[in-house]
Amino acid sequence: MATESKVHVKSIGKAKILFKSPARITLLIAGLFFILALVESLTGATDISSPGTSGATLRFAIPLLMAGLGGLWAERAGVINIGLEGMMIVGTWTAAWFGYLHGPLMGFVAAAIFGLASGFFHAILTVKIGIDQAVSGLAINLIAAGGARYLSGVFFPPVGGDRTVSPPVDSFPTFTIPVIAPILESIDAQNIFFISNLAGILHGLTKDVSLVTIALLLLVPLTSWILWRSKFGLRMRFSGENPMAAESLGINVYRIRYVAISVSGMLASLGGAYLALVASSVYREGQTAGRGFIGLATVIFGNWKPGGVFAGSILFGFTDALRVRQSESVMSLIMVAGIVALVLSIFYSINRRWKPGLISGSLALVAWWIHQRVDVIPQEFVTVFPNFATLIVLTFLAQRLTPPAMAGMPYRRGSE
Amino acid sequence: MKKDRIFWGTVAPLAAVVSSLLLVSIILILRGANPIEIFQVMISYGFDPRNLVSELNQTVAYYLAGVAAAIGFKMLLFNIGIDGQYRMGAFFGAVVGAAVSLPPVLHVLLIIITAMLAGGLWAAIAGYLKVRRGVSEVISNIMLNFIAAAIIAFLLGEELLGILPEGSQNVQTRPIPLSGQMPTFKMFNGEVYSFLFVAIFVGIAYWIMLNKTVFGFNLRATGLSFRAARSSGVNAPGMIFITTVLSGAIAGLVGLGTLLSDTHSYSMAFPSGFAFTGLSLALLGRNHPVGIFFAAFLWSFLERAAPVLEYEGVPPEIVIVMQGTIVLSIVIAYEVVARINLRQQQRAVGKANVDLVKESK
Repeated sequence: MATESKVHVKSIGKAKILFKSPARITLLIAGLFFILALVESLTGATDISSPGTSGATLRFAIPLLMAGLGGLWAERAGVINIGLEGMMIVGTWTAAWFGYLHGPLMGFVAAAIFGLASGFFHAILTVKIGIDQAVSGLAINLIAAGGARYLSGVFFPPVGGDRTVSPPVDSFPTFTIPVIAPILESIDAQNIFFISNLAGILHGLTKDVSLVTIALLLLVPLTSWILWRSKFGLRMRFSGENPMAAESLGINVYRIRYVAISVSGMLASLGGAYLALVASSVYREGQTAGRGFIGLATVIFGNWKPGGVFAGSILFGFTDALRVRQSESVMSLIMVAGIVALVLSIFYSINRRWKPGLISGSLALVAWWIHQRVDVIPQEFVTVFPNFATLIVLTFLAQRLTPPAMAGMPYRRGSE
Repeated sequence: MKKDRIFWGTVAPLAAVVSSLLLVSIILILRGANPIEIFQVMISYGFDPRNLVSELNQTVAYYLAGVAAAIGFKMLLFNIGIDGQYRMGAFFGAVVGAAVSLPPVLHVLLIIITAMLAGGLWAAIAGYLKVRRGVSEVISNIMLNFIAAAIIAFLLGEELLGILPEGSQNVQTRPIPLSGQMPTFKMFNGEVYSFLFVAIFVGIAYWIMLNKTVFGFNLRATGLSFRAARSSGVNAPGMIFITTVLSGAIAGLVGLGTLLSDTHSYSMAFPSGFAFTGLSLALLGRNHPVGIFFAAFLWSFLERAAPVLEYEGVPPEIVIVMQGTIVLSIVIAYEVVARINLRQQQRAVGKANVDLVKESK
């Protein structure tokens, strides 16, 4: 028994070292790209590393990222925000309406303000009044959806819109990074193994970029800095982990939560504004399409860390991008996953860790079977990949996750 | 004490409805409409006999969703997976019902049991994750709802279980033969689903199960205090699992009224959003079978009467806002009432203590 646990500790330590060091991470990512390039040159499906896909991935990922960061802020302070979807709807609607009236920049500002207000509303309900956090969030989803539809019916038809669609809004100017983007494009065109694939992906990220995208991406390091380097972040995490102890040390848990949840609403709403103003140029009913919930999923997937949320939203944005592009890419992606599983299985077997080795080996077999037997992965399944992946993570890795201890629990000042 | 409870139990929901009416009135006045006139139009339209029938039919579905949510609430479970469970139940009920041929009553029974099994098994995933893996049922059920919708959309594909009837845009399952259909009966010159009686039966069974059986006692005990129930010998995790499955099984029945008496096949046109509706109704009806019925009727009344607002120049979606605010006000009202009660109790205890000290002196 003792030796077994020792082996276990050792292997966990090993895995930690493997994933912690930046050099190794770079190596791992490079390895992944290598497999991707291999599969692409074997199957001839070049869409995965095409500039179009990486550009679309970024566009699809940003709304998820914003919703995810919103969920992160709220949950780190100890309150679950199921209302992210509704707050995104608030963002899409206000961004489109104020964007139509005063230009896209004002649209963003308005979305931020109204998002802040919607978050504040959630805070009043859950912190001050103390009602169930899930009920409050769901009610916000319902009221936001109904309210947006009502207001669309009132405001949009007179100005040339529809009952479900706003009049078109000017979108933000985009720019292509000079020098670098053309160079990458020429490399991509030369079709060199590996290097061209990499260049293709980077080219997609450097052409037609919106300043808004960059500004919103910067919120990831900012959130990270606030959470782990600032006084406020420490207090915020403290109120999420143990509000009673925080209170006893003189931290005003209520105030911290008010601020965190309001910011949460603002971030989700900005994600909605991005959908309306950058990813498209209108408000359309049902535009958010469950993205708030996927944002909630990225929080779990990213283990309540900003970097993790970012990685999760890129992954889910990628599946979203593939869904609207080609189905062959999905197939070659499964091939990539299969090869990765095979490599992992060999790695584990060499380390004499039979159980994970067996699991990843059988995953590789499944991937191979799908590749041999199934022609097209149905679009429905590609769409719910984020939900499915989250469920799998929760099922098999729940012990490794480190959620804020008191997230979702009711807390009243002065009670036990 | 009991009188007090009944009083607060009815006052709080009424206060919630009134305050949400006030809010909607403000919105309507901002729109330049006369709220009293609008409410009058809605009431006269909603109580029109023809509309009453479709409201009653809708009430059946909402009622079952409400009971499913209430069973969960008794265990402090937030079953937001009703949506997926209802889909699974209706879909597999339709598929199995169309695939077999049995004598009339048996056929209907088989469909009902299949639907309950499908809903219950789908809920069992969330139950397992909750009990064995400590996963919050809210998160897992949200994910499961999306996955259920995708699985059914996939299985409804034309080469699998779906067919495309001539002249229709909607893919649907094969129709259930006559022996597997439930009759409707006449009331107010309309066709009321006889599934209504199943819903009534479920309501009565829910009440008896909760209040008159050992199982119900254990369920309530576990819901009130997991630890106390466990230390007194109740298999508390097992109870959580069984309750989740039971709630899912009832949720599986939600779509059957429409399926058995009206459409006879499942299609993508089946509505969604039952999860939040069910939870709202259970909250509004205080988990009581009769209370849930009134709440369900109010909900379908509002929805049925909404389109008439169009003629008054008001977008009918205002009704959704109204439903949302009703739920919020009711929850807030309960919270406030609970806090007032707590304070009164504390005061009473404090006063009793002071008296005791005085006497001893």
